[in-house]
This record gives sequence, structure tokens and C-alpha cells, in this order.
Amino acid sequence: MVTSLIGVLFDGLAYGSLLFLISNGLSVTMGLMNFVNLAHGAFAMLGGYACVALMRRGVPFLVTLPLVFLAVALLGAVLERALYRRLYRAPHLDQVLFSIGLTFVAVAATTWAFGPSQQPVELPPFLRGQLHLAGVDLGKYRLFLVALVVLITVDLEFLIGRTRFGARVRAAVDSQTAAAGLGIDVNRVFSVTFAMGTGLAGLGGALGIDILGLDPTFALKYLVYFLLAVAVGGAGSIKGTAVAAIVLGVFDVAGKYYVPEAGAFIIYALMVVLMILFPAGLYGRRA
Amino acid sequence: MSAALRTERLSRSFGGLLANSEISLSLPVGARHALIGPNGAGKTTLINLLTGVLPPTAGEVWLGEERITHLSQHQRVRRGMTRTYQITALFGGLTVLESVVLAVCERKGLASRWLRTVASCAEEAEEAWALLQTLHLESEAGSLTRLLPYGKQRLVEIALALATRPRILLLDEPAAGIPAGESAEVLDVVARLPRDVTVLFIEHDMQLVFRFAERIAVLVGGRLLTEGTPAEIAADRRVREVYLGEAEHG
Amino acid sequence: MRVEPAGGRAEVGAPEPSSRLPHDRWGPLEIAFWLAPIPCYFLFPGYLVLASQVFITSLFALSLDLILGYAGIVSLGHAAFFGIGAYTAGLLAAHGWGEPLSGLAAGGALAAAVGFLVSFLVVRGGDLARLMVTLGIGQLVYEAANKAASVTGGVDGLGGVAMGKLLGRFSFDLEGRAAWIYSFLVLFACFALARRVVASPFGLSLRGIRENDRRMPALGTPVRRRLVAVFALSAGLAGVAGALLAQTTQFVGLEVLGFTRSAELLIILVLGGTGRLYGALVGAPLFMLAQNYLSGIDPTYWQFWLGLLLVAAVLFGRGGIMGMADRLRARLPGRAAR
Repeated sequence: MVTSLIGVLFDGLAYGSLLFLISNGLSVTMGLMNFVNLAHGAFAMLGGYACVALMRRGVPFLVTLPLVFLAVALLGAVLERALYRRLYRAPHLDQVLFSIGLTFVAVAATTWAFGPSQQPVELPPFLRGQLHLAGVDLGKYRLFLVALVVLITVDLEFLIGRTRFGARVRAAVDSQTAAAGLGIDVNRVFSVTFAMGTGLAGLGGALGIDILGLDPTFALKYLVYFLLAVAVGGAGSIKGTAVAAIVLGVFDVAGKYYVPEAGAFIIYALMVVLMILFPAGLYGRRA
Repeated sequence: MSAALRTERLSRSFGGLLANSEISLSLPVGARHALIGPNGAGKTTLINLLTGVLPPTAGEVWLGEERITHLSQHQRVRRGMTRTYQITALFGGLTVLESVVLAVCERKGLASRWLRTVASCAEEAEEAWALLQTLHLESEAGSLTRLLPYGKQRLVEIALALATRPRILLLDEPAAGIPAGESAEVLDVVARLPRDVTVLFIEHDMQLVFRFAERIAVLVGGRLLTEGTPAEIAADRRVREVYLGEAEHG
Repeated sequence: MRVEPAGGRAEVGAPEPSSRLPHDRWGPLEIAFWLAPIPCYFLFPGYLVLASQVFITSLFALSLDLILGYAGIVSLGHAAFFGIGAYTAGLLAAHGWGEPLSGLAAGGALAAAVGFLVSFLVVRGGDLARLMVTLGIGQLVYEAANKAASVTGGVDGLGGVAMGKLLGRFSFDLEGRAAWIYSFLVLFACFALARRVVASPFGLSLRGIRENDRRMPALGTPVRRRLVAVFALSAGLAGVAGALLAQTTQFVGLEVLGFTRSAELLIILVLGGTGRLYGALVGAPLFMLAQNYLSGIDPTYWQFWLGLLLVAAVLFGRGGIMGMADRLRARLPGRAAR
């Protein structure tokens, strides 16, 4: 009983860290640029497909990861400059429609290029199978995933908390006008953070092929979860997104394991409850 | 007889900043009271506290016999307290006439009527129209408020406030942006309101203040420095130093 | 010359006609618009079923316009209320109660009730929170219907919806004649109601809330209460549309509840133009006809171009089709600019 509980918790943790990795970028976009980017799921999906495309050319899985990050970050930077930037002051409805439109384009493009079926992923042998730790069987890939996300998070914390660039980001999140008044190039901060956020999402999409699957419906199917993590955690707060993502991950996995008839219903009900209790998110600031 | 509007040691801080500190003010019914002070003295914050936009960190607000410190803004409006805004806050996509009719209908609680059209509310439309005429806005009646020049927008601000038939009227720099010749006219309309209406207005134009105010309160650094008749205030050396004196040296 | 405000009537001039207030008079163009489908009934007998679908979607879009175009609430989960109405009417009929009008009323009433409950969550937050909550509610209802497959039929859908006779006399025939007339009349009735409400002091206050929700309390308006009311009304109308669908097609599938449905509805409304009621009535037919034609060729093709159109519309088009029509009309010679 206990071992299965630990197993479930661990799976939930792995799932949650994946959600966190992807949702992070969305949290910053919504908290920093006040932009509702429903295309975030599409960026994650494109990362997954980029990984698949590279693997088809013989690139080993682990090598694809940094390449995918760079590729999607580049795409994000280009789109931000060309399109997103024009809509920062637009009403939220416009942003919603714009990003839904982008998502449709991405979904249609991937369906045409790769077909509608699930994509397989070729994990390196040392990541397959399970590790036996303290009487519990833990999946090696999931361990790797959690470790990687922790590593990335630590780096992010360092970046945001200890570097000048991070200080600029924090200043811009707090108050754009004040930051601009201090001579901070807010536009560049936006571009770089957007690129990083989408890059991480793409990375998450690639990492998630084994756990979440990958087909053209990915973009919209998991979008709700990303939005949930951001809304519950509080837009703009990395810590909040992390906590929310882990909570959601654990509850979703536990719910599906212990009460399979309810399915994802538990997650949505949980979200409604949390939104009632914390209208601005767990760590959010009031708008 | 109790004061129309009274505050008791009203305070408001934002983190470390004490925007309003221990303000005790009492306005009798029918007062024509001005609130002056240098920029950043906390005048708009005081209005926000009085109208319920911000909750105080300490102190009480009384409307007549009723303690209203914790009532919401719309509840205070229902009890007859209305304000105008320093930064014009209008309904951009509505016409001038629609905006004022809206204010009148809200006052009369007509919003529960879903099946009457606004056009059929003749009484309310006439009342709004009369108000527009009073403020010389008739020619703009059909214009969208967001397309109006700034001065006219300020007038619509006043019209909205008057449409609620307030017993207490708080005006935040009502004449700002209105050409000098017309600004006195606007305050004239306000001054000629019935004597059971109490008026408190923030203003920087000293000529208007001394012309229309019967009593003046001076706010400096969040505190009430002094209060008195225009003559007393003009003669008060402290006020001259802190506020009026700056104009001499500046 | 000063005139005493309100009270005295005789000397006050009436507002000029150019400063018109919201009214409910039907112009000739409108009457023509509503009469137009009638000859179509006779001229295009093969398209009656499609036309019914268009009426139903128009009503659905209309319901969204009430909260989106008039009150300014962006909802990504409106399909939830459509679905609730559909399943209510469908289940009633599947379990023996086939009377159409009462089923319609039941669907609308239940959707309105759920909308009322949900609205308290929705009106509390800002835009972002509202998107989240409405999206979440939409997904919640979808999952509930999915999991309660024994009741709703789940992915296979709810069949066996046996409809009784309309008003005791007209049965739902296979060609869709009764369905056409039924949907058209329900749409018209709901539209007339919405039109009235929008032109009322209540509707004006909604527009005030949309334009500047911070100013409204300064007029004495309990803003949240108004939003709750319009949200419940909107949910009810969406429920009526859903019930219509269930009754006219005699089937309820899960896709009535999906996010795609909610997203498409937003697109329709924005295409047609929000805040006008007619935007819904123009956007829905155009969208559905386009979708019917293009999606039939290749669904991926349709999705791609729809996405591109959306991006272009947001970046370059303002106010949808009604907005464009406005600008065209303003350019016509002889017309005084508003």
C-alpha cells in the first residue's frame, strides 16, 4: 500500500515537474507582459515534434534536447518581435483570439507534416526501465526528468535572483513604467524572457513525449493544465507555478489511480475550489 | 444637529508611506468646503477614503448619524455621497446624453426594468437633457465621450456627479483643464446647488478657492495643517510658508 | 439662461433626434433581414437541416454576445451551458418526456441556474481569472458528461431522443421542415427579448460596466449583481440553443461541450462583430457555411486557414464584419458622420 502510494506520489512529482517546466514560460508571459498566450501549448507541441524530426535523422534523444530548446526559443523570439509585440496593449479578447489562431495554424501544420497519430520516442537505453530505491521501484526516465527540472529550476532561480538580467526582469514584472523610467530596455527584457519561456516549453514538450504522448491534439489538450498551473499558482510567480504544478500533478495522477471513474474531473473541481479560495492564485499579487 | 460628513482620525498608509494621518474633519450640512495642499499631500487619498474606494488603516467616517467606514462605494452613493475624478473617468463608448441618462436611471433604480427601453424613459431623458443645458453641453449630446476635448470631458464628469442628486458632493479638481473663463461658471453651478447639499472640493486654482469656498482645509504631508475661513487661511503664516509661499518664491 | 434641473417639464426642449437613446424600433433593413429566410424555406428545400443548424448557432452566438459584447466578460467555456441545455432536453426526451416546448424551457432553466451559480466565480476576477474560470468550468462539465457515460452516452452520444409533436400537432419530419420553423421562431423570440433587454436601462448599465467598470459604483451600481444577472440570462439562452439542437437532431454528442465549440463561438462573434447582436446573426451563417464547404474538402486545410484568418483579423481588422460595415456606411456620400 505504502509503496504504491510512494510510487503514485513520485509519478505525480515527475508529471508535476514536467508541467512546471512548460508552464513557467506561460506564467512569466502572463505575469510580465499581461498577455494571454493560449498558443503556449503549441510551442510545447512544436518542441516535441522538433525532437521527433531530429530523432528521425538519427540524432540521439539527449542531444536533441538542447537543440530543441534553441530552435523553439528562436521561433518564439521571431514571433514575439513580429507579431506578439503588437498586441501587448490589446484587449485580452484579441490576445485570446490571436493565440488561438496561431494554435490552429500550428496544429494544422503538424497534422499535415507528421500525420494525426501518436509519435514514438526512442529513449537511450540507460534511461529505460526502473531503479530500485529503498524498496520502491522508480522509473529511470522519471528520475531523470525530475533531476533535470530541478537543475533547470536552480539555474533559473540563480538567473532571476542573482544576475543583472534577472534584476531587470523582476523590476519589469513589478512595474513596467518604473523599470522603463530607470532606463531598463523593457522590450528586450520581454523578447528574451518570451524566448526563454517558449524554449523551455519546447524542451518540456520533447521531454514529455514519453509521459504525455505527442499528437496534434497536444497543443489544446494540455493547454488547460498549463493555464491551471499558472492561474492557481499566480501569474508571474515561479515559486507559485512550481507549487501549483506539483499539486496538480500529484492530484491528477493520484486521482486517476485511485478513482479512475472520475478521471480529470478531480483536477477541474480542485481548480474551482482553489480559485474560490485564492482568487489571485496561491502566490499571486492582486491585479 | 450632526455634521453631514465627519471623519475621526482617519488614516491610510501604503506600506511605509503614511498618505493620510489622523485626519479629523467635520462638514456641516450645506458647507462649501475647499481642500487645498501641495501635490502629494494626500488629498485624493482622502477622497478615496471618504468614498469607500480605499479602506482606511485607522479611523472612522460618519455620514450624518451613520458610521459608513466599511460600506462599499456603491452603498455610499446610494446614501447620497458622490464624487468626481481628478483623472477623467468616463464611459468612452457611450454618448454624452447616454452617460448622463445612465446616471439618472441608476439613481432611480431603473436597472431592474429589463423590458422598458431607455428611449421610452421620457422623464429621465428630460432630466438629463436639462442637466446638459445647465452645463452648456447640449451640442455635444450625441458625441461619444471619448472623442470630446478635455475641457468638455471635465464637464461631463460634473454632469454625471450632479445626475446622482448627491447630498454630499466631493469634487476632485473640478476645474482642471477647463478654460479660465468657463471654470468659474462650472463652480457657479455647484455653488448654486440647494443648501442641503454639502460640497467639498479639491482645487489648486486659488482664485476659485477664495471665490467659492466658505471654509478651507489645508492638507500637508498627509496631515491636516489647519482649517478656517478664507480670510484666516490667507492670513495664516504657516499656510503661506508651506503652500501659498511657494508661489511667491517659485 | 439657467433652467431648473428636473421637475419642470414644459420649457425643456426634447433631446435632438441625432442624440438618440437606445430604442426598440425596427428599421426597414432589419425587417427585411428577418423576412429573408422565409422565401429560402420554399426555394431551398434541400438545405432546411443546415439552416436549422445556422439558426441554433446564431442563438448560441447571440447568448455569448450578451456577456462578451455588452458586459465585457470573455468566456472560454460557454459551450458548457449549451451542452447542459442539450443534455437536459435530450435526456428528458430519451426517458419519455418528448414534449418539445417544456423540454426547451427545462434546458434553458437548468443552464440558467448553473450559470447563476458559476457567475459568482466569474464576476469576481479580472480578465485573466475569468478566462481561467470559464475554461475550467467548460472542461469540468465536459469531463462530467464524459465520465457519466451510463447516463449521457459518453463518447458515443445520447441517442433515442424521441420527440413528441410540437404544440400537439406538428411532428418532426425527416426533411426538417418542422425543425426549421421551430428553430427560426425560437431564435426570433429570443432575439426580440435580447434586443429589448439590451435597449433597457439594464442594458445601458451593462454597456457602462463594459466601458468603465470602475466608474459604475460611483453611480451607485452594484456591478457584481448586474453581471450575475446577465451571465445567468446568457447561460439560459445558450441552454435554449442547446436544447433546440438536441430536439431538432434527436441526438446529443459530446462535442457540444468541447473547448473547440467555445472557441469557434468566440471566433464567430468576433468575425461578425461584438456588441451589436446582429454580429452574431451575421457571423454564424458565414462561419458555418464556410466551415461546411471548406471542412468538407479537407479539415486540416480549414483549420489552417481559419487560424491564419484569425491572426490577420486581430492584427488588421477592427470590429469584425459589423465594424467594417460601419466604416463603409460612414463613407457613403450624403451621410453625416456620427
